[in-house]
Amino acid sequence: MKLKGRIISRGVATGEILLCKEPISFLGGVNPKTGLVIEKGSPIEGKSIAGKVLVFPRGKGSTVGSYVIFELKRNGVAPAAIINGECEVIIAVGAIIAGIPALDKLKGDMFKLFKDGQIAKVDAINGFVEVKD
Amino acid sequence: MFLSKEDEKILQGENGEVAAKAMEILVAIGKIYGADRLIPVSSAQIAGVSYKTIGEAGLQFLEEFAAKGAKACIPSFLNPAGMDRENWKRMGISQEFAEKQLRILNAYAAMGISTTCTCAPYHIGIRPKLGEHIAWSESNALSFANSMLGARTNRESAISALASAIISKTPNFGLHLDENRRASFIIEVDAKLEKMSDFGALGVIVGKMAKDKIPAFERIDKRFATEERMKSLGAAMAASGSVALYYARGITPEWRLADEPEKLERVAIEQNQIKDAKEKMQSADSVELVAIGCPHCSLSEIKEVADKIKGKKLKVALWVCTSRETMEKARKLGYCKQIEDAGGQVVADTCMVVAPLEEIGYKRTGVNSGKAATYLPSFCGQKIRFADVEELL
Repeated sequence: MKLKGRIISRGVATGEILLCKEPISFLGGVNPKTGLVIEKGSPIEGKSIAGKVLVFPRGKGSTVGSYVIFELKRNGVAPAAIINGECEVIIAVGAIIAGIPALDKLKGDMFKLFKDGQIAKVDAINGFVEVKD
Repeated sequence: MFLSKEDEKILQGENGEVAAKAMEILVAIGKIYGADRLIPVSSAQIAGVSYKTIGEAGLQFLEEFAAKGAKACIPSFLNPAGMDRENWKRMGISQEFAEKQLRILNAYAAMGISTTCTCAPYHIGIRPKLGEHIAWSESNALSFANSMLGARTNRESAISALASAIISKTPNFGLHLDENRRASFIIEVDAKLEKMSDFGALGVIVGKMAKDKIPAFERIDKRFATEERMKSLGAAMAASGSVALYYARGITPEWRLADEPEKLERVAIEQNQIKDAKEKMQSADSVELVAIGCPHCSLSEIKEVADKIKGKKLKVALWVCTSRETMEKARKLGYCKQIEDAGGQVVADTCMVVAPLEEIGYKRTGVNSGKAATYLPSFCGQKIRFADVEELL
């Protein structure tokens, strides 16, 4: 399965899909040292986002969240790639400064089409994501 | 979004990795907000300076960006840091905090960004002209530039303003466009606004109503509407709401209303609402610290404080926050000495909102600023006394 999307942060990466149906706040919501989600009540609370293709609707919370995404990368526990429903500036800037490929506005409902654990290749140079069925 | 050949080359990395990243940031923001292209900006004001605000992650990012050769190519200057870079010990700042803060300032300096740390660049001669496009990020600074000077900026983040400093452009959307600079409701001021605290209280009220909309004020008495008081009004609206532009008839250089102005919502603000708003902000009867200068003091505000306390001995600590440039002028004129003789300090480069007040040990602070009264309880765990300078000291 191959879906087109809009390029937010350029690059190519492959990883396991981790779906989160709620917006994510990186400042206070993710531990920058471990990559574990610590936000209470998040659908992925307690899970690691390290190396994952992290699929979520959009970011929320403080703009300092952009720096947290950068810190995750420095600590080797950042997501491999990000796919958003509709990206906003916190995630866009964070992904770009961290060098994490990011797409948004996929042609198709990502929460129906994708399953946790599938291997996805995010090509944010040509603007598509490819998932092994 | 249209990119010129030059923009495209930068994006592909012809001017290096850092310029490519900066361009990528501007392009992504442009896409998100539906900009048609990038337009030139003449200056950048960059927030995200205090170690307290940006933390370890921000410090690491800035050092790496600087090490990779990031360079500003338009006049660019900083927001306040978490401490006075020379007199941090006297403020009660810890050695560890100071070291991190100095590294942040050094990283910005290495990028060719002026380390004039102020949220009121308009008080030190940085005054973009009517219609000039800029990329400013501190909420009161950009509100003042949009409203009192008629320049044009969106609410930039620390990193988007830095990207604009490097590329000298910004995506063309939002407040850069005429059609988005029209007021959507009118505030009829039926209260006497005479003191600084009156303007701050009005700002707190209207900011909550306006959220991110553009208010237009009728009947603000021009005789009392000094630049300092208007800055206090704008700062409070940017803090209690996220107002980036307002108009005041006969005071601001622009006055633009949405279509069919006769149908616009009109809200009257009366004297008792100003009084109520002031009372609501009170959470302390006595204070340990009085902090003036949010936004940073002009020279005349420092003089006002100096004159009030000349020859007195203060029972509480006093910070008069300003830019280094203004502090030096105040020192030459003897105002700093008057303040210091009374037991106060003039602190430069920082302010009570971004300094680590709680770490220093203060719990109750007196302010004359609606913005400070809005932020200090949540950002710095302070209880507040809100009043004018003459009552606080």
